[in-house]
This record gives sequence, structure tokens and C-alpha cells, in this order.
Amino acid sequence: MSATARVPRKRFYRARAHSNPLSDSHFPVPIRPSDVDFDFDFDFDFDFDFASHYPQSSGNPMDLVRFADVGCGFGGLLVALSPLFPDTLIVGMELRDKVTEHVKHRIHGLRATNPGHYNNISVVRTNSMKYIPNYFHKAQLSKMFFLFPDPHFKEKNHRRRVISPHLLDEYAYVMQLGGIIYTVTDVEELGDWMKSCLQNHPLFEPVGEDEITTDPVVKLLTSATEEGQKVARNGGQTFMAIYRHVASKED
Amino acid sequence: MSVIISQNQNPNPWFCTPLSLIDLALRNTYILYMEEVLIEESESGNSCTDEAAPALIAVHPTESSVVVAVGSELRVFDLKGDSAVSPLDELGGPHHSASIRAISFSSDGELFASAGDDKIIKIWKTDSWNCIRTVQSEKKVSAVSISQDSQYVTFADKFGVVWIVSLKEDRDTKAVPILGHYCSIITSMKFSPDGRFIATADRDYKIRITVFPRNALKGAHEIQSFCLGHTDFVSCLAFVCSQDQSKGFVLSGGGDLTVRLWDYISGSLLYTCALDDKAGILEASEIEENDKRAVTDICASSDGSLISVAVQGFNGVMLLSCDLVAKTLSFVKNVSMEKSFIPTSLVLVSSKERLWTVMGASNLTSSDLNNNNQRLLTRVRIISFLQKDPLDSCSRDPALLEDSQVPGGEKLLMQLQGCLDAAAQEAAFAAAAAAVRTSLQNMMIKKQYSVERRELRKRNRNDKKIKS
Repeated sequence: MSATARVPRKRFYRARAHSNPLSDSHFPVPIRPSDVDFDFDFDFDFDFDFASHYPQSSGNPMDLVRFADVGCGFGGLLVALSPLFPDTLIVGMELRDKVTEHVKHRIHGLRATNPGHYNNISVVRTNSMKYIPNYFHKAQLSKMFFLFPDPHFKEKNHRRRVISPHLLDEYAYVMQLGGIIYTVTDVEELGDWMKSCLQNHPLFEPVGEDEITTDPVVKLLTSATEEGQKVARNGGQTFMAIYRHVASKED
Repeated sequence: MSVIISQNQNPNPWFCTPLSLIDLALRNTYILYMEEVLIEESESGNSCTDEAAPALIAVHPTESSVVVAVGSELRVFDLKGDSAVSPLDELGGPHHSASIRAISFSSDGELFASAGDDKIIKIWKTDSWNCIRTVQSEKKVSAVSISQDSQYVTFADKFGVVWIVSLKEDRDTKAVPILGHYCSIITSMKFSPDGRFIATADRDYKIRITVFPRNALKGAHEIQSFCLGHTDFVSCLAFVCSQDQSKGFVLSGGGDLTVRLWDYISGSLLYTCALDDKAGILEASEIEENDKRAVTDICASSDGSLISVAVQGFNGVMLLSCDLVAKTLSFVKNVSMEKSFIPTSLVLVSSKERLWTVMGASNLTSSDLNNNNQRLLTRVRIISFLQKDPLDSCSRDPALLEDSQVPGGEKLLMQLQGCLDAAAQEAAFAAAAAAVRTSLQNMMIKKQYSVERRELRKRNRNDKKIKS
């Protein structure tokens, strides 16, 4: 086993837990989805008829991404989802530079130690609150994940929250009809906030209890990530809101 | 054991008394503060340029009245009655007290909206020029628009949120938010001609097309498309009517000095017309090294055959034409005006085939020292597209009207310009053009701090955890 294949130690990638989503950081942003530069690498052979699905696409594998983990942190969810959905391309989006680098190295390490696996996940450094429409086409994603987002407790900072009535318009835009949005937090006030934003949004409906119990992804929300494991260790409570994108009911 | 006491300015604190420690801390804080002030002074230019708001012009669809907004003034001329008008607010509300940033007639001409840096939106009835409603905004307003059925007025604040009021509801009802461009400034907002969509453009290169629902007070949540392709801020939008319901055409202009044609139903970019080589009439000496010029305004005839574009630094108007079948844009010609006349706002009156342009700024006053009454100056010029000779089948030649040929004549010019010899104030207009350009750049381009400045700002953060 070569040194480069070793899974990187988190200790060398420490970063502040908070990053200001309002500031324009200095990373490249694609002008539109078909311009996405493969900053991140999918090692993936896939037979896909681009022309009929995306007449304007440049044959870019980015078009195939179906799941997005918004604020993926150290990549725990990506790594857990990869074997469950081996034919689906999954992308993590993270604002912090050092953390993104860690995830990249982690994925490379896993691919080296598990040949033929973990080829369907990757990460991109970006501000998903500003640039989601730059990366994804209309109705592209079937799942979006928002795990333990920054609560931004002060009322004046509520506008920095990643789930908000205005941003839900954009998430609905990039999601397919029937696509599911998963949110979880250990902060009760934030949990109530996210649930009420989703409940009040005309393009989202709650997913039924039966469906939640049979969805293999749901238990990953609290167990797959470092944040989730920390909450479980401390015996904390978690609050989930799982909603489906539906059509507008305007007559 | 001997100890060496250093002779430099910062004595070893171990040898200081507590009083001296405080003194040291204060001195260091003072040094930091002075550093910040000095860096700030060297970085920021003349802060007056941030105040220069461009003059705006709007004309009633049947040309029965013309409005020029400059600074906080609304100058109205009633062409039908051939007289200047002073808009009233019989409800006793305030008149605009700061620069007006956006004005708009409704598509039937019965209503007029004005809004700006004083955080209020005023809605006027155009028959009596009486203000029927004043709406309060939390932030400065950057765009305003009236829905096609004249039932709603929307306005965008500088935080990127679009708010709405219904004219059917009680006058005191507050505006509600309907959509938001996250953390961006909305530069232009227009309703599609069929009223089904609202288009909003921002400084982060995006154009968003949203379905405008019947019950708009609940919000406009369904995004039809994003028109992405501009490589710099988008400054203006103009819809073009299409016969085909499955396609919709909209034009946009931006800081990348291009005019683009889009099918807004799908969000596809149909054509890009780069204006950099067409604008090249300026002498080389006037163009600085990294001088980016932007498209500042655009208006189009409903069939797209005539598109007028205003560009920073160009003393005139550029004419383009759009072929909706081939879905292309082509450059037609430039119409030059007098030197230093750089239009800040354009409006096309399709029914009369006239393009009205205005040049002015909120800091452009008369340089006439004798005149104690310093009025804000503007200059109004009109281009007529009417064929002079109806028998001449050649393509129409746009004609720049002389002051004597302007509808409303001297009365109109006096009311809207503030004087009759605006043409003689060349130096003042040149300075105003530069000021307006700088203030647009400041607004559209997010401030980049130098590395030292950023470090200084980080040092002065007030949300750090205090070590216990």
C-alpha cells in the first residue's frame, strides 16, 4: 500500500467550522452548467445518450450527477452513499478549501484501496447558496442533502441559512419532480425553521412516514457523517425534515 | 543573573507596571486604527463619485407625457397639454429626498412608479400626476416595475429581494417579498409582454425568469429558467414579442460589453453580439489600460427590428437589429451625438417611431457661477426613425432631431433639462459621465480588499471567542 493511498488524517485539515457564505471567495465558478470544468474527477464508464436528454450539453459527465450533498463537510455521507447507489453520480459541495482538499484525498485513497469502487463520488469547492444554478440544469437532481447546516443563531444572520424560502426556489428548480430533499440538524430551532420553510413552500410536500421508514438513505443522515456521529455520542436529539418536490398547484 | 533591558520602543513587558501595560495596549490599538485609516484613504477614491446617480427618462406609451428623473427630482412634461407639470402628493406623503434609481410607466400608461435611495416607492396616476400610494422599503431600491395588468407593483432592494404590493389592497399594507437573488443587486426587472413571467437580472452575471402567478402576493416560486452566459454583470433587459408561444425572446446587455438574445422559456443563449469593436470610435488616448466599458441601457421595438443600446463612454446610441426567425442579432449602425453626450437612459416610443435619450447625473449642476439657483442639468436628445420621404423605399435613416424639432419645443426642454443651453455645458457633462461610470463600477463590482487590508479587517473582527 503506497503512502498516497493512505486515508488522510483529519487533523491536518482542520478548519474553522464556520465560513461566511456572503463573501465572494476566490474559486472558479462555471458560467453555466455546460461549462463545468472537471475540477473534480469521475472515474466512470457510463453509456448515456446525451443528445436526447440535454440537447445543449457538451457531453459533460456533470450532467449525469443526480445526488448533491450541500455542505458535505469531510465527506462522510458521500462515502456511505457510494456503495448503495453504484450507478449514480454523486457530488459533494463544500465552501471551505482545506476541507474540500481532505475529501478529495479521502476519495482517492478509498479508490486506491478498493479498486473499482468509489468511482461515482466527488467533491467541488463552491458556494452552493450562490452558484447552484451554475452547476446543475433544470430538473437534474433526484436527491439533495443538507446535513447539519450552520444554524446562524442570531436573527440578523438568518438570511445566511442554507434553507430559506428564496433559496428553496432554486433548489426546486434543479430538482426533478418527485425528487427528495433531506435535511437534518441537532439544533431544534433550526429544525423547526427548516421544516416550516419547506412546509410553507408551494413546491414541496412532506414525504410520508411509510416511505421514510423504507428509504435506505434516511438512517445515513444521522449515522454517516462525523457531525451525526458526534451528536449520537453525546446522546443528542436530531430533527429531520424530508420533503418531495412537487408541481405548482396554480390552476 | 543580569538582564538586558532593550533600548527600543517596546520595552519588555515583564518590566512594566500594570499602568504601562494599559498604555501599551492603547498605543497599539491607536496604531492599528491609524493603519486602517491610512490604508482606507489610499484605497478609496473620491467618495463623491458613489453618489452620482444617472438621469433616467420614461415616456408614456402614446407619448402624451415625458418624465426625466434626475437626483431626487421628477420632471414631468405633459405633451398633450403642452405644459410642465408638478407631481402632487395630496395624501401628504414625502417627495423623493434622495436619488431616484428606477422609474417606469405601466404598459397602458395610466400609472407611473418611481423609487430610489430614499427607500420609498411612489406610485402616481398619470392623468392627474397625483401620488396614489407611497410604499416603504427596508433598503435602497434598485429596480421597479408594474405588472401588465396594472394590478401589482414590484420593486427590488439592494439586497437582491423583490417585493410586491397590490394596488387593490389597502394603502397602508406593507410589501411582501416574492423572490430573491441571493446576496446580489438586481439591476433590471421587467415583466414579459404577456404578463406570465418576470425577468430579473443581477450583478452576479445571472438572469432569472420566474413564473408570475395569479396570486402573486404568495410569492413567485417557480423558476422557468436561468439565462446564463454573461461574463460580467447584467445591466439591462428588454423583451421582444414573439408570435410563437413556445418561445420567448429577451435581450440583455452587460458589463462584458455584449448584447445577448435569449429564449427565456428554455434559458438558451441564442446569439451574442459583442460590441467592443463597434464602440471603437473613442480615441485611443481616452481609453485607459484596464478600462472596461459596459452596456448601460437597451430598448427594443416589439418585433425586435430596432434595438437601441447605450454604452459607457460612447457619445451616441448603437443600433442593432434582431432576426427572430434566424435568431440572430446584427449591428446596424452608430448614431453619434455631440461630444460628451453619453446617454444614461433610453426609451423607444414605438407608436411615434422616436427614441428619446437623456444624459445627466445627480451631481451635474450648471457651471454658471452667476446663477445662484444651481439646478441639476440634463440633456435630452431624440432620434426619429420616421422615413422622411414615404416614397423612398430605402431603409430608414435615423435622424437626430434639432432642439427646434423636438415635440414640446423649448417648453419641454426647459422643464426637462433645466436650461436651454445644455449643449454648451460640455465640461460639466464630461465630468458627470465619468462620475456615473465610476459609481456603476463601484456598485456592480464587489470591493476587493488588498491582502493587508483583509488581514487588518480580520484583526478587528468582533465575533471572536474571548479566552477565559
